[in-house]
Amino acid sequence: MGSQVHGTQSFDKAKRAELKFSEEAMKTVETIISRYPAGKQKSALLPVLHVAQAEFGGWLSPEAMDYVASVLNIKPIEVFEVASFYTMYNLKPVGKCVLEVCQTSSCWLNGAEDIVKYIEKKLGIKVGETTRDGMFTLKVAECLGSCGTAPMMQCGASYHENLTYEKVDAILDNYKTEGKQRNYTDLDYKNTL
Amino acid sequence: MGRKLLIHNDKVPNIHTLEVYRAHGGYASVEKALKTMTPDQVTDEVKKSGLRGRGGAGFPTGMKWSFLAKPEGVPRFLVCNADESEPGTFKDRYLMEKIPHALIEGMITSSYALGANQSYIYIRGEYFYVARILEQAIREAYAAGWLGKNILGTNYSLDLSVQVGGGAYICGEETALLESLEGKRGNPRIKPPFPAVAGLWGCPTVVNNVETIAAVCPIVMMGGEEYAKIGIGKSTGTKLISASGHINKPGVYEIELGVPVEEFIYSEEYCGGIRNGKKLKAVVAGGSSVPILPTELILKTAKGEHRLMTYESLADGGFQTGTMLGSGGFIVMDEDTSIVKNLFTFTRFYHHESCGQCSPCREGTGWMEKILKKFLNGTATEVDVDLLWDVQSKIEGKTICPLGEAAAWPVAAAIRHFKHEFLEIARNKKFVDISHYERLNAIKA
Repeated sequence: MGSQVHGTQSFDKAKRAELKFSEEAMKTVETIISRYPAGKQKSALLPVLHVAQAEFGGWLSPEAMDYVASVLNIKPIEVFEVASFYTMYNLKPVGKCVLEVCQTSSCWLNGAEDIVKYIEKKLGIKVGETTRDGMFTLKVAECLGSCGTAPMMQCGASYHENLTYEKVDAILDNYKTEGKQRNYTDLDYKNTL
Repeated sequence: MGRKLLIHNDKVPNIHTLEVYRAHGGYASVEKALKTMTPDQVTDEVKKSGLRGRGGAGFPTGMKWSFLAKPEGVPRFLVCNADESEPGTFKDRYLMEKIPHALIEGMITSSYALGANQSYIYIRGEYFYVARILEQAIREAYAAGWLGKNILGTNYSLDLSVQVGGGAYICGEETALLESLEGKRGNPRIKPPFPAVAGLWGCPTVVNNVETIAAVCPIVMMGGEEYAKIGIGKSTGTKLISASGHINKPGVYEIELGVPVEEFIYSEEYCGGIRNGKKLKAVVAGGSSVPILPTELILKTAKGEHRLMTYESLADGGFQTGTMLGSGGFIVMDEDTSIVKNLFTFTRFYHHESCGQCSPCREGTGWMEKILKKFLNGTATEVDVDLLWDVQSKIEGKTICPLGEAAAWPVAAAIRHFKHEFLEIARNKKFVDISHYERLNAIKA
């Protein structure tokens, strides 16, 4: 990990001023805030953090969190205590595609451990690490609600289910060719339920 | 063939669209409720139906609704719990993805009964794409006048939105969910006050599971008494079961409560038997937190009666010989499965998901995971079985929310019914792991 990873330059103070939602993202944020009564804009925090993570390189830097705090008019600590509680927010830089392989009971019963080992070998990284080219980060996840289509992994908004080694090959090759950052907020999701 | 009330149309092409859903009788319960019934009459039908919370606790829904405080001038909220995270459970995802309008229709009818003018669907963040499907359906419903001001020309108005979470099992606990919906960490609240009195932003709130809310539509249409005729005793109506593990046909099945467990596992209509002709070893019948049962106790009660898929029959014998229907997350394990290792995956899960507020849960789940790891690396001794039992017994009943129990029960049940497996590992000083992938794929090929 660290500075060699693509798109993960740390945002220093000078860059902080540049940290801003795109017009489109700002529109999304405003729509989210409008769902709550006046004065209850803090409720928008979790969904807005997802937008911020997608906008600012797949992770939430301290500067990105401070920016979200200013947009929602709440204290920075209120953002950090939430971002650090939930597993979907990355507080450190990650690869463009974060592969999250479910490892709980039903997935384990169907070979999730072998899928993890296969990906580790294929990418030459261990769980928690990022490939040198900054393309993939491998993670394990707790039950993702895909037990009937186990084993499975999530990447951004997409659920990849009934995994086999062959399927993993095809999925990873596809992401690599595509070369895009994958986010939970993506509209072009794939799912196989 | 059992009756289906919730997912009978799941295979209809484009049933996720308003047009097709409406053509198959969708939104009829909204018309019936808003035009011909008072809110209290809707609540009465739900009471009569005997509907019990489908998220896992099984609390009577009508009673929960009747607890809602109704002070003048204070808004009330209905919040749908779509944070489905109990390992083994994926029924709500199936329902929302396939027939999103079934949930939205239920939200409108239920919100009308409760007098809520603003309702939320809180969905786990990992289901982001399902939230997209729901949001699209909500846009359709607004455009057609099912949501918004003066629905069907009546005085009743409702706004409905979806909120995605950030990845935390604990937010399935209703007060943690409300904290999260307020933009905070998912720490469960101390009760009382219950959400019915002080819930979202301190206002009276009802939190119901996705399947519970969807079930309100057929109840309003057929009447509570008719609905209560389905099922057995206090287990009325139909239930979605998420079936997974070593079975031939994993998936979501809608059953009439009362189907024998043996039929559910072996019949072609449901799970289609154990994969690869293997023998059944054990079942977790209602999501990871309910006690695991060995073959002989899941198929028949200690009294020798056929075990049925009902709240009462599955619980028959208490925790000594019974279990719970829970969320309906039905995980099946074949004869080659290590109960100790399966338990390890559960305990690792609870350790990961403990919010950390209460010491017995925060520390206890970690200790249990560590002890179980000793079994997996062959360093455990017989004393560790007693230690594991001791730790779990000191979590149950000593925490703010039921995550403590959820973490303790599977450990207790595994030791209760499969102690010999723990002792065998401890005596042999080794654990022989098998590759399920190779095993299952080799047989397939």
